[in-house]
Order: sequence, then C-alpha cells, then structure tokens
Amino acid sequence: MSDPLLSCVDVRKQFHGMVVLHELSLEVAEHEVVVLIGASGSGKSTLLRCINLLETVDDGTIHLDGEHITDPRVNPDRVRQRIGIVFQAFNLFPHMTVLENVTLAPRRVHRVPAREATQRAQALLARVGLGDRGGDYPDRLSGGQQQRVAIVRALVNSPRLLLLDEVTSALDPELVGEVLAMIRDLKAEGMTMLIATHEMGFARQVADRVCFLDQGRILEAGPPEQVFGAPREPRTRQFLQRITEAGRL
Amino acid sequence: MDYQPSPLQRDRLAYRRRQTMLSVVVAAASTLGLGVLLLVAVTHAPGWPRVRFSFLDPTSARDAFPDVLRGLWLNVRLLVFCALGSLAVGLGIATLRTLRPAIFFPLRVLANSYTYVFRGAPLIIVLYLFTFGVPGLRLTGTPPVLVLGGAALVVTYGAYLAEVFRAGIESVHPSQRAAARSLGLTYRQAMRHVVLPQAVRRVAPPMLNDLVALQKDVGLISLAGPIDAIRAAQIKEAELANYTPFVVAGVLFVLLAIPLVAVTDWVTLRAARRQGAA
Repeated sequence: MSDPLLSCVDVRKQFHGMVVLHELSLEVAEHEVVVLIGASGSGKSTLLRCINLLETVDDGTIHLDGEHITDPRVNPDRVRQRIGIVFQAFNLFPHMTVLENVTLAPRRVHRVPAREATQRAQALLARVGLGDRGGDYPDRLSGGQQQRVAIVRALVNSPRLLLLDEVTSALDPELVGEVLAMIRDLKAEGMTMLIATHEMGFARQVADRVCFLDQGRILEAGPPEQVFGAPREPRTRQFLQRITEAGRL
Repeated sequence: MDYQPSPLQRDRLAYRRRQTMLSVVVAAASTLGLGVLLLVAVTHAPGWPRVRFSFLDPTSARDAFPDVLRGLWLNVRLLVFCALGSLAVGLGIATLRTLRPAIFFPLRVLANSYTYVFRGAPLIIVLYLFTFGVPGLRLTGTPPVLVLGGAALVVTYGAYLAEVFRAGIESVHPSQRAAARSLGLTYRQAMRHVVLPQAVRRVAPPMLNDLVALQKDVGLISLAGPIDAIRAAQIKEAELANYTPFVVAGVLFVLLAIPLVAVTDWVTLRAARRQGAA
C-alpha cells in the first residue's frame, strides 16, 4: 500500500488539564472514507479541528501528503487550502449570498478571476440541486440547503481531504437525507473523507473503516460490518446498545 | 372560495378597533392638555415679556439669519470631514486592538491607552490643547486653527467609535472566524471579508448615534475662533444686544440633526426587526 494521505501519530490535546486526545494515532489512505463514532466529548471534533490546524496539538505529529503539518514553521493557511472542513452549525457567512460564500476562497485565496470562480461555483451548486439559489442569503435557505452550500464551499478549493464534523446533527430529521446523499456521491467520486457522525446507519453505508473513539482513544477500528456486527470491546457494545435503544441505528 | 371571517373574529376585530380609537383619543387629549399647561405657565410667568423680546425677537432673527446660516455651512463641512475621519480612526484603532502577533505589541498598547485617554478627557480641554497649545509651539507648517479643531474632534470621537467597533468585532461568533480561516483565508482576509462587515452592520445604530452627538459638538469649534453658526450668532448677539441669534442657531442645528436622527432610528428599527426574525 502507498503512503497514507493523512497520518496522525500519538496526537495529544488537552484543554485546561483535561486530556481530550490521548496519544491518538490514525491513518487515512487516499480515496478512503473513515468514520469516527463515539459519545459526545470522546474527541471526534477536536481531532478534526487539530487536523485542520484550528487547534494546536499538545504532542504528536500530523502528516498530510507526507508533509509534517504540525511543525510550527508551516504556514497554516497553506495547509488549510488543501483540507476542507464542514461544521455542525454550517457557519455560512450571513452577510454574503450563497454564491459569494462559495467563491470567497477561490477569489481571495487562490486569486481565481471572479467570472471563472462564479462559473465553477455555479456548476457545483447546480450539481447538488441549488443552481437557482446562488443569489439568496443563507437565512432564506433550509438547514439542509445551508449545509449543502457549506459542503460546496469546502469543495470548491478541490481539497485533498474533506473533514465533516457532525454535519447532520443540527438538521431536522427530514432534511438529513439530502445531505447524506450528497456525501454518498462524494464517496463515489473518490473523495477522501474523515467523518464524525452520530448517524450509525449512514456510517455503516459509507464507511470503509469505522473508528470508535472513547475518552480520546481509538478503542476499536475496523470495517463497518465488524465494528457494528461483532464489536470486540465491551465499551463499543455498550455505546452501540445505547444508540440502538435511542432508535438511531 | 372566498374567506369570510367568522362572527367571532369580526367581533374581535371590532373590539380591537374600538380600543385603538380610544387610545388615540386619550393620547391626543393628554398631549393637548400638557401643551396648553406649558404654554400658559410660560406666557404667564412674570418675566415672559422680557424673555420673549430677548430670545424670540423676529427682527433680530431676520437680521441674524444670513450670517448664522453662512456659519452653519462651516459646521456642515466640518461635520462631514470629522465624521469620515473619526470613523476611519475608530475602525483602525479597533482593528489594532485585536492584533495578537508580538510585533504589534507596542501598537496595541498605544491603541489601548488612546481609547482610555480620549474617552476620559473632556472635549473642550482637548480642543483647547489642540487649537491653542499646538500653535503655541510655533513650529513651521502648523495647520490653521480650523484643521486643529477638527483634529481634536476626530481624536475624541475616534476613541468612542473605536470602542463601538470593538464591541462589534467581539460580537461576531468565533465560529465565523474559524470557518473563514478553514477556507485558507489569512487573518487579515478573514477580518476584512468576514468579521468586519458583520461587525459594522451590527453596531450601525450606536455608531450613528455617536455621529449625531458629533454633529452638535462640531459647534464647539466656535470656542477656538472660526466663525461657525454659534460664533456668528455670538457676534450678532453682541451687536444687537439680543439673544435671539442663539435661538436661530439652535433651531438650525436641530433641523440639521433631524435627517441623521431619522436615519439612525430607521437603522436601529431595521436591526431590531432583523434580530427578531433570526
């Protein structure tokens, strides 16, 4: 197998003495979709934020495409240009239209001419069924539409890696499907993704590999059939049991 | 099919209409009553004839009006320059105060002390220091008193506006900055395209309110000598031995403020509505 696209080795992160990531190691190969599951506070979001350098790690290393990105001499802006991230709360810019949201980075960061950026954004929006909403402000859109715009905004830079942080958790149940369908399409196109989610059914469908996080450690990892069908760890079984009882599996 | 309100709803509407009519009548009556009371109290005061002659003399008003109006033109021009100047200073200082890199430490300290000093210092004293103190140094190329006075206003109001803008910047949720940075935007780009536009929009009402205050404080320039509306009124007052020119100047200032106040109220209302909708 070739070198992994993303490789986290012994990553540690603590907030005010609370250890959130416990010497965590994880590799993601190109075109692979890895899904992180685990209770709230298990470290899923923090790991994604560390990879995108929105948080600085307290120990360990992260490599992207063989480059050591947790080296303090690395320019974080350049690294982030190669990683897309989508947040639970969409975080669209409310004072910009959909089209302006999507073209901001291409125009300002990559210096793409306005017309070209708009064309590319328009094409991507059309592909996810939002071709006619480019002139609208985010507050005119439903949650599912906003989240799809946020994903397009993260994709327009053609990132090597896409991080999805519980992207359906803030959505009404009937809007979850449209966002998940979009992610399934991305997988079909070969996008490398690291996904934190509470949607176990979706995790099972889309994941090449599932990692169960517990208290900042990867307790169990493997193909979805194994982690969901025959979990080895008692804590994994306990977690899945509770999810099943809540009707989420 | 056409919708017809039910008898119950028609009853409710009629009741509400009656209530509205009643409150309009009550409001009008109480306003009229208070107005008459004030008018009677003032016009029946023992000194009213003297006051009416000294402050509300039509002949003096006509005589003073052209000079005061000419003076007001100076206030208007000064207001425009000082408003633009203090907005620029305020925005610049507020941005400086958010910079974290070590190299900006002295700038940050300077910006902080600036807002502390000039929000505390009385405007009249700053004005005197700038218009009398600075020329006293007898440096070559000292600008005219008008420019120095304008600078005093800009420096004072810049400090207030800096705090307004800073509050706006801090009110933008950190996740907006995170989203901008995650797209690869630099600190400056995130500030310029994402944080500041939202911050300025949010603090538009208090910002415009400060500009309304500035529009009347622009008249303080008269203390330093330039012939603005108030200074012109003062000259006429000495000439005619009558205070009416001050009233003329006062009325003109209020008229000048009305559009700005109206805009401020409108923007505030719009902001409140938008927040209610969100």
